[in-house]
Amino acid sequence: MPELIRVGMADYKVGKSPATLISYGLGSCIGVSLYDPQLKVGGLLHIMLPDSTQARASDNPAKFADTGLPLMLADVLKLGAVKTRLVAKLAGGAQMFAFQNATDVMRVGSRNAEAVKKILQANGIKIIAEDTGGTYGRTVSIDLTNGSYKVKTIDKGEKEI
Amino acid sequence: MADEFNLTPNQMDALREIGNVGAGNSATALSQIINRRIDMNVPKVALVPIESVPDLVGGPDTIVVGVFLRVYGKAPGNILFLLPQKSAFFLVDTLMGKTHGATDKLDFMDESALMEIGNILAGAYLNAFFTFTNISMLPSIPALAMDMAGAILNVVLVQLGQMGDTAMVIETEFLSEDDGINGHFFLVPDPGSLETIIKAVGVE
Repeated sequence: MPELIRVGMADYKVGKSPATLISYGLGSCIGVSLYDPQLKVGGLLHIMLPDSTQARASDNPAKFADTGLPLMLADVLKLGAVKTRLVAKLAGGAQMFAFQNATDVMRVGSRNAEAVKKILQANGIKIIAEDTGGTYGRTVSIDLTNGSYKVKTIDKGEKEI
Repeated sequence: MADEFNLTPNQMDALREIGNVGAGNSATALSQIINRRIDMNVPKVALVPIESVPDLVGGPDTIVVGVFLRVYGKAPGNILFLLPQKSAFFLVDTLMGKTHGATDKLDFMDESALMEIGNILAGAYLNAFFTFTNISMLPSIPALAMDMAGAILNVVLVQLGQMGDTAMVIETEFLSEDDGINGHFFLVPDPGSLETIIKAVGVE
């Protein structure tokens, strides 16, 4: 049985094949994975908010897209991954409750997705799959043996992106 | 940020009492609607790391029905009433006069009924809150979702996450006499509201 590594909210983990990284119950959060297909190493980050500069000081950089992604990237590179080979996948960013006059806080899901994509692009990392938006929660996992990123929802079952 | 949450044992007790009176009022209301005795446990008042809040209701991938209300007033915050899926179905059966076990998914009417329950519970809770603190607050219209607990709690936690790494939650668990229904009622004050509440009760 390959190792199953749980990634909590506002947290990230890196690892290598044959481990699987999994994060449960994402709503407006985003699960973003990095993977080096040749070396079969990667990471999964579960961010809550797009931008640390718009929040009060936090002890946890993994909570934000702008501070969490560079951290995970550095750790994946430490495992020997080559930056130009890295591919990214992301899922989450839902709006769980539909209010008519949704505030910025309610729309945080789409802001999260935008922030993650912007940072990945700035780092020259290719986004090869995405499943964001909607009004439902997701459990996401990445199998480091082949980079398969699975998204599970309660209504639609499990799919691979 | 940390300073704001530096509560004395007496202040924690005061918050627990608010939870107790508020939830007591809610439990009575629920009990009258469904004509069953509803017990509740002693409210938990806890400062918990944001990422561990979903564990309070069985973990982030537990399927729950959540009724969410925003609370407006001098001490704004959020109310979230969470029911495990099975309990929500049982409650719908009870409300709609169906045989127990009849409901296995929620239609529009069922959702509407559960939102109304959320509304009534929140109203009862906030009434008691007012009696205790003299802070008058109003709930928004309710919103409902059936999904993973982690995803539903996101809505509340994101707002707190912007301000800090911990959440002050006042949580009460409801249990019906036959164990058919259990639910978790969360009052999560916005970070700035806690100070207002503590000042209003005047406990040092």
